[in-house]
Amino acid sequence: MSKLGNIGARLHRGEVSYDFIGHRKIWFGVSLALVVVSLVGLFARGLALGIEFKGGVEYQANVRVTDNSVADFTDAVKATNAQDLGDPVVTTIGTDKVRIQTRPLDQDDIAKVRTAIATEAGVQPNQVSTSQIGASWGDQIAHKAVLALIVFLVLVFLVIWIYFREPKASAAAIIALVHDVLITVGVYALIGFDVTPATVIGVLTILGYSLYDTVVVFDKVRENTRGITGSNRFTYSDAANLAVNQTVVRSINTTVIALLPVGSILVVGTAVLGTGPLKDLSLALFIGIAVGAYSSVFIAPALLATFKEREPGMQALRRRVLAKRGGAVTNASGMPVPAAAAAATAGGGGTAVAERPDRPQDRPRSGGTPVASSRPKSSAAAGRPQPTRKPRSKRGK
Amino acid sequence: MATTTTTRPGRLLIVLAVILVLLFGIMGLTKSWGPKLGLDLRGGTTITLTAKSLAGGGSVTAEQLAEAKNIISQRVNGAGVGEAEITTAGSNHINVAVPGASQDSLIKQVGQTALLYFRVVYDAQAGTPVPTTTPSAQPTTTPKPSATPKPSTTIKPSATPSATPKGRAWSSALGKDATPTPTPSAQPSTPAATPSTPAANNGDPLAWTPDAASQEAFAKYTCDQPAPVDDPDKPLISCSRDKATKYLLGPAIIKGTDLSGASAGIPQGGFQWQVNLNFNNEGGDKFLKATTAIAQRGEGQNLFAIVLDGETISTPSVSGPIPGGQAQITGTFTEADARDLANVLKFGALPVSFDISSVETISPQLGGDQLSAGIMAGLIGLALVILFSFLYYRGLGIVVVASLAVAALLTYASVVLLGKAIGFTLTLAGIAGLIVAIGITADSFVIYFERLRDEVREGRSLRSSVETGWARAKHTIIAADSISLLAAVVLYILAVGGVKGFAFTLGLTTLIDLLVVFIFTKPLVTLLARTDFFGHGHKLSGLDPEHLGVERLPGQAGPARPATKKSRPSTRKPVGGEV
Repeated sequence: MSKLGNIGARLHRGEVSYDFIGHRKIWFGVSLALVVVSLVGLFARGLALGIEFKGGVEYQANVRVTDNSVADFTDAVKATNAQDLGDPVVTTIGTDKVRIQTRPLDQDDIAKVRTAIATEAGVQPNQVSTSQIGASWGDQIAHKAVLALIVFLVLVFLVIWIYFREPKASAAAIIALVHDVLITVGVYALIGFDVTPATVIGVLTILGYSLYDTVVVFDKVRENTRGITGSNRFTYSDAANLAVNQTVVRSINTTVIALLPVGSILVVGTAVLGTGPLKDLSLALFIGIAVGAYSSVFIAPALLATFKEREPGMQALRRRVLAKRGGAVTNASGMPVPAAAAAATAGGGGTAVAERPDRPQDRPRSGGTPVASSRPKSSAAAGRPQPTRKPRSKRGK
Repeated sequence: MATTTTTRPGRLLIVLAVILVLLFGIMGLTKSWGPKLGLDLRGGTTITLTAKSLAGGGSVTAEQLAEAKNIISQRVNGAGVGEAEITTAGSNHINVAVPGASQDSLIKQVGQTALLYFRVVYDAQAGTPVPTTTPSAQPTTTPKPSATPKPSTTIKPSATPSATPKGRAWSSALGKDATPTPTPSAQPSTPAATPSTPAANNGDPLAWTPDAASQEAFAKYTCDQPAPVDDPDKPLISCSRDKATKYLLGPAIIKGTDLSGASAGIPQGGFQWQVNLNFNNEGGDKFLKATTAIAQRGEGQNLFAIVLDGETISTPSVSGPIPGGQAQITGTFTEADARDLANVLKFGALPVSFDISSVETISPQLGGDQLSAGIMAGLIGLALVILFSFLYYRGLGIVVVASLAVAALLTYASVVLLGKAIGFTLTLAGIAGLIVAIGITADSFVIYFERLRDEVREGRSLRSSVETGWARAKHTIIAADSISLLAAVVLYILAVGGVKGFAFTLGLTTLIDLLVVFIFTKPLVTLLARTDFFGHGHKLSGLDPEHLGVERLPGQAGPARPATKKSRPSTRKPVGGEV
């Protein structure tokens, strides 16, 4: 594990870095492809909606499953002659449960079918669990879910805007979020997992998770880009990329930690209960958290950088940076910052445009130069170069 | 930055201890040690009804929903189901939770449309089978006490409205007692003979008279039988709410929709509570016609029944035609009685139908399975997270374990106490929320620890890193937790059913996470950083130089210098020294 710690340290110092932002075109392409596939899957195959969305009755009973179970229960249910029964769908769960789904039935028929199933299973009728869903219920749930989604997106947009004082951060985070939800739903459509209300809960919860991750990364980006226009050493993309590299170990850790309990719900839920809300919820979460981790590393920061670099101030910065590098770096986007850039001193001035250029000294660390930036929380610098707290000699190198 | 006050961490830990002692003290005092489990964990039936207004395009007002809830409560209580919980949810949902076995008849009953009808009373008898002889036999000897519905009133059959001190009567040109004590027996067998209604008019409900079959059915009927279906076009046998009296009623004359309003009040100059009725135009006409016909029937026969859900709520008498679409029911009303009747009338005037949106019947066995699966998943998840923390953060894993333990205690106490205080029930979805929250809680530590290590990598001493790292990390933690909380709140407000439980526990644990990180994790790390083991970066502490990828811990003897070249293996042991 210390190896990972080592990598973490080197990522932190920028010694090792993957150019997440520089290669954004690749990742945008990958994501676009995934989204397109998801949408095609969604519209071509549709979602396998559970009984909760279609309306119907589901029975579940404990019984020793045999080869004939399905046929026996089908016959038993059909023998009740319940009105408008349709074709009952009988599935066995593991070796000791059977599940029977029918169309919506009359209250009396529900009791009849339950008794028939109990008799067949050799249990008391009250040991048969049933779940009966009206036809319009699913619409209501879906309606609520969509409403929750919209309200949440609007609120989150505002909250992120307020927190980062930057609508572009909101936009990037929300696009990444929609991306996560689309892919998760796409996976459901393509693989054909059942969509139940529990799945919907899962998907809605992903929203929180995915954003949580994104906010942490953006926080680092903000820290690294504070006063960036005050120096001519890094473009916004460089700084953002460093931030992603610095937080990537954390992203991996938090994702693993989030997935561990969710995975245990998934495994235990499936193994013990076979099917049901626990499995549906955790499956959606599992997929969503994984996709969310991917997007908060590869997509959200790259989007943010793309948006920010449209600003004239940032473009001017880019030109200055490239000029300083002597045109050596012609790559359109931010390359990992070359070590040579570290020679530059903390310069003041600059055409400060965006991003509260309050602390020019708080530039991103890079190369072999871990800058011990004292990070005062208040922004009292007002654009002037400020003395750093530690003498340079103490900072190493 | 390294100027940590010596008292602060200890003080915060004491605050936490006080909170914990308080919470568990309250639990001890109220003797509530276990959380309130949802029906999906202990077996039972949960019915979700969607109320729809028949009159006004589908949506119901909050007032109507509250009324609808009352009606459902009455139905459920009437069915003799104990321990049922009826709650409203959202703008148009009513949840009925009934522990125990499946309740087919209840489900059926609960889903009925609530409709109010006015019917003519043809006969009234004790609801219990005791006095039932041939109904025609005793025109005058009907047992009086049993025949009186709940307000046992002695009625004076005087015609003056003001003179009816006790019974309930239609007033406004009439006054009559509601309680049919002397009357109901009147002419069970003779209604056919009463020429009060022209038999020719077949479509007119007022024209109906009991035939032999309905007489017989009425005689056999007892109030402990399930209520018959209330079909407005057919005669009905109905019982009073207290099941003491049964009534033979004609087809509905007036429907609840004919009413435009009802209220309870004391008329000016009066001192008795009364119920005021307003009819719409059509209803007013019908009412005039009906009262005209009924008033002709003579003393004891001139009774109306107000029937809701097949149950006779009130049987006022009419002594004369009432024009104008307005009427009062007077009698011995207590305020509660009057309001209750007014509500019934109002509710009937705005009929609400119920869609059975979902019924979930969980057998106790499956409930038990779900509970144990949830607990097992939680424990396994917890164990995995702890294992991972120890592997990755080594000694700091202790902090993770301790913090998770504190969070677990706080969560458990909150769930138990909230169950006591606001009836919060722990459902399967709620348990899932708690498990998912393990990840969120542990996440806060990851943010802090990674920050802390970053600070050390940047060349700070460990003790100052504990502070500076925290200063940065806490903003991130607050921001990230706010987003989680926001998601939980939105889900909670907009969601129905199981989602609510999930959102609630998720939100609750996010708050607890914030609390724990601030008043436990951080102070604990501060204290630990003062120990030799952590403060000097012991190999197993998770803060050793190798683990952090630096050559040696800054702030210790020797030049504090982060490893800068990858070629140099960071194997040097930390050298002891003052921090």
